[in-house]
Amino acid sequence: MIEWITSLLSFLPSGWVTVIIILIKIVVIVLPLMLAVAYLTYAERKIIGAMQVRLGPTRVGWNGSLQPIADALKLMFKEIIIPAKASKFLFLLAPLLLIGPALAAWAVIPFDAQMVLANVNAGLLYVLAITSIGVYGVIIAGWASNSKYALLGAMRSAAQIVSYEIAMGFALVGVLMAAGSLNFGDIVRGQEGYGFVSWYMWPLLPLFVIYFISGVAETNRAPFDMAEGESEIVAGFHVEYSGMPFAVFFLAEYANMILISALASVMFLGGWLSPLAGLLPDSVFEIPLLGPLLGSGIHWFFIKIAVFLFFFLWFRATFPRYRYDQIMRLGWKVFIPITIVWLLVLGIAILAGLPPWFSAA
Amino acid sequence: MKHFVQFMKSLFLLELLKGMNVTGRYFFKPKMTLRYPEERTPLSPRFRGLHALRRYPNGEERCIACKLCEAVCPALAITIESAEREDGTRRTTRYEIDLTKCIFCGYCEESCPVDSIVETHIFEYHGEERADLYMTKEKLLAVGDKYEVQIAQAREQDARYR
Repeated sequence: MIEWITSLLSFLPSGWVTVIIILIKIVVIVLPLMLAVAYLTYAERKIIGAMQVRLGPTRVGWNGSLQPIADALKLMFKEIIIPAKASKFLFLLAPLLLIGPALAAWAVIPFDAQMVLANVNAGLLYVLAITSIGVYGVIIAGWASNSKYALLGAMRSAAQIVSYEIAMGFALVGVLMAAGSLNFGDIVRGQEGYGFVSWYMWPLLPLFVIYFISGVAETNRAPFDMAEGESEIVAGFHVEYSGMPFAVFFLAEYANMILISALASVMFLGGWLSPLAGLLPDSVFEIPLLGPLLGSGIHWFFIKIAVFLFFFLWFRATFPRYRYDQIMRLGWKVFIPITIVWLLVLGIAILAGLPPWFSAA
Repeated sequence: MKHFVQFMKSLFLLELLKGMNVTGRYFFKPKMTLRYPEERTPLSPRFRGLHALRRYPNGEERCIACKLCEAVCPALAITIESAEREDGTRRTTRYEIDLTKCIFCGYCEESCPVDSIVETHIFEYHGEERADLYMTKEKLLAVGDKYEVQIAQAREQDARYR
């Protein structure tokens, strides 16, 4: 495919061809991602509906399957209302600042052994850095709205995101220690061996749980969505937004959910690795059709992401909203101590060469 | 010891897992949603919907302009004017119900000595202007004529409980 495009563009200078190919790759990643975001909203309504013993959307398309398209069209044709005395430039910049990092972080996510846009050696660091930018979007959105409610909401959101970033960072330090590398490809390859037993999920179980809960808090999802709190207060930092900028905030939220799920599956569940590879005899994976399905591949990555996303929605259907001080207490006084203790345990385990995870090193 | 158990419970997220267990089970339960308008709930014979004025089988209107319904109506939604007809009977010249005032309590139907004013099972109607929701005598009689079978059947079903 890439060779074919290269030969097609051979009349251009080689530098251009590289740029065009990278752009094509970006489109190939971002377009399905946007579609996934749209259908995640559909999945959310269907799944939460099912848990509340109702059906969810059923009218647009077969069983409501065109509902997200209808929603997107509706939001696109709505008026963008900019409040009086709002900082217009920043007001419109804020949603972009939120969605930008959520998409940019996908550059280093390995979909498969070969499929990765940029095989950066400091991938983990890159993701940490780029996802932290999102909080600027929140603060700027609140400030530029020229509304006290938006500003207060932005402060609450920002404080929450920053606090949970620390616990999240510590959880990632555990992965870094276990894998001995910041490269996502190497992190996944470090989990090869005995199928799902070799995944970092087991030695890093507390960190894994904390990472995922922090991820929920980081994306401002229920039960940590008191900044938005649609059933109690208006909407936090994006009260003043309408139409497409408002939709972009939600695109960013859902894109972040998918990103957190992808990162969790890469770092703790062995990314594209099959849970059976290394447990079943090799001959199983040579059976036509069934073999490649059971073997490692991109489909396992997507299945793992889907499972995490299901958990996001499950949480939202189950848990009542946290109080603000409880959120802060959980982040600072529970998660950070647990992660630090577990890093110590992990260090000892690595030094001792605990099999099967750390015996090779 | 009690504190320790509590601590362990919250550390291992036991209560949260219990909650997720509940929602997880409900995920697979049959859904309650009724796909209105394709599916409908059954209506009681006593259902109180749009009003109608009935006639006797020979075509004579039942209403004798006793004005009991007008008197009992708590929302003052009924207006009646009466006059003597050529044959010497008392009949309404005006019988109007303002549906924007009506609270569908059913007192008019209860008070009627000749089962003239009734409330039907019709609940899907609308008006594009206020006048559409102002039921005149002609409109009420028309509703009664159209749905007489249904109205009579509902009265029949309920008769033994009265």
